[in-house]
Amino acid sequence: MIDNIIIGKYVPGSTVIHRMDPRAKLLTIFLYVFIVFFANNGITYFLLGLFTFIIILLTKLPFSFLWNGLKPVIWIVGFTFLLHILVTKEGDMLFRFGFFSIYEEGLRQGFFISLRFIFLIFMTTTLTLTTTPIEITDGMESLLKPFKKFKLPVHELALMMSISLRFIPTLLEETEKILKAQMARGVDFTSGPVKERIKAIVPLLVPLFISAFKRAEELATAMEARGYRGSEGRTKIRQLKWGAIDSIMMASILLLSIILLLLRA
Amino acid sequence: MDIKIRQLEHRYQMNTPFERLALCDINIDIHEGTYLAVIGHTGSGKSTILQHLNGLLLPTKGSIQLGDRLIKAGEKQKNLKSVRKKVGIVFQFPEHQLFEETVEKDIAFGPMNFGASFEEAKKKVKEVLPLVGLGEEILHQSPFELSGGQMRRVAIAGVLAMEPEVLVLDEPTAGLDPKGRNEIMELFYRLHKEKKLTTILVTHSMEDAAKYADEIAVLHQGELKMKGSPKEIFRLTRELEQLGLDLPESIKFVMKLEEKFSLTVEDKPLTLEETADFIEALLKEGVVYDR
Repeated sequence: MIDNIIIGKYVPGSTVIHRMDPRAKLLTIFLYVFIVFFANNGITYFLLGLFTFIIILLTKLPFSFLWNGLKPVIWIVGFTFLLHILVTKEGDMLFRFGFFSIYEEGLRQGFFISLRFIFLIFMTTTLTLTTTPIEITDGMESLLKPFKKFKLPVHELALMMSISLRFIPTLLEETEKILKAQMARGVDFTSGPVKERIKAIVPLLVPLFISAFKRAEELATAMEARGYRGSEGRTKIRQLKWGAIDSIMMASILLLSIILLLLRA
Repeated sequence: MDIKIRQLEHRYQMNTPFERLALCDINIDIHEGTYLAVIGHTGSGKSTILQHLNGLLLPTKGSIQLGDRLIKAGEKQKNLKSVRKKVGIVFQFPEHQLFEETVEKDIAFGPMNFGASFEEAKKKVKEVLPLVGLGEEILHQSPFELSGGQMRRVAIAGVLAMEPEVLVLDEPTAGLDPKGRNEIMELFYRLHKEKKLTTILVTHSMEDAAKYADEIAVLHQGELKMKGSPKEIFRLTRELEQLGLDLPESIKFVMKLEEKFSLTVEDKPLTLEETADFIEALLKEGVVYDR
């Protein structure tokens, strides 16, 4: 049951997008999130869509992976679409049934807002599918470095992030193991009255917490044993390299932003 | 309770890009009262088979007959609890499943899930404690105050208290010291003999398989490669080596002797006792040492 969960799973590859500097990818996504809101007419949406589509093509990922990223939020997209159709009452009326009516502007708005959502999700999914969690944290750490002057514990934050990412699969595995052990002892997690099922969580959570704490302690000891003492004088084995592709990507997203600003209604 | 496994196949994450074949066309009969050892490499499918024995995993093809209950691929299974009552599984590192405030409550957890009252369960707890070599003084302690070995015994007691007809053991001695390992293996063997408990042991230790099992099944990459008595299996030294499996120390010892004294020994001893007998016979007959 747990093996079906695929959250932002990294798919190995060696495409241009895979090889990009994570900092460039993060900055691109950061900018993209803003310019998605610049688009407000047909031509700007078309350009935005074209940009997204080209990026997706470059990753050479099968579309089903992107679809899986979209699935959990498809309800929100559908809901926003409906809300816009029902609430916006501008432009020509297209359809009327009793007090229920659809206006041109509502349809347009609903369609565009849904597109915004889908574009955003596609882009962020491409990021997680083509970048290992470690690369993302490295990129973040490097981008946040300037904030160290303001006493932001950048290194510690990055470390926390990479440790938690590292242990998600481990904890899922552990959960499944304990789940099975307790099922073998007659616990029923999937049927029976709700009250019983909530009670059945205790034999799952207690062992899980205990092992998580133990693991944390062991990890801390192991890190100290290997001489870890924070970011002071620490060098990196994975050096981030800013290449031509990264500059090209930044240039194209900046260009796109300018074009969108000029063409928006 | 007889167990019949027929054409069993299991695929993990069916119909996803991550689909993986774990078991393929497995046929095994396990008669009531047998001690079966399952050996094979990590990833050979041992643990997958074992989870089929009480419906934690369901076959993707084929069937498993557990007593009068038939679990067939593709059929909806209801009330698997009754199967789980009959087949008790001691998982690897079973102490990780402890959670209650006291040892007594934790051991009683299984029986109570299967409908026993706390009073009845308490009685069962008192029965199983001596079986695993624990005293009643620990009943009201927290299981987390105990030593690792004691925690494991408590967890095993928790499974025994369910009074299963079949006991499935997944490397029950992993991570224990040699003395504890021996004690636990002897405990299971005694239960098997005294209560005629059908026992299925998944192990990496060839010595344990040779010493305790009536039958051995060898798995390799999800397929059943051999099945037979320890004598039959460990005679196939070359085949086992090809599968990357070890041999019991006693056999390795006799093979070394064969080399040194240019002997050929048909029936190699499987246990320490048999090795002692073998050497006694050898010494009495006399060995021609030609070098």
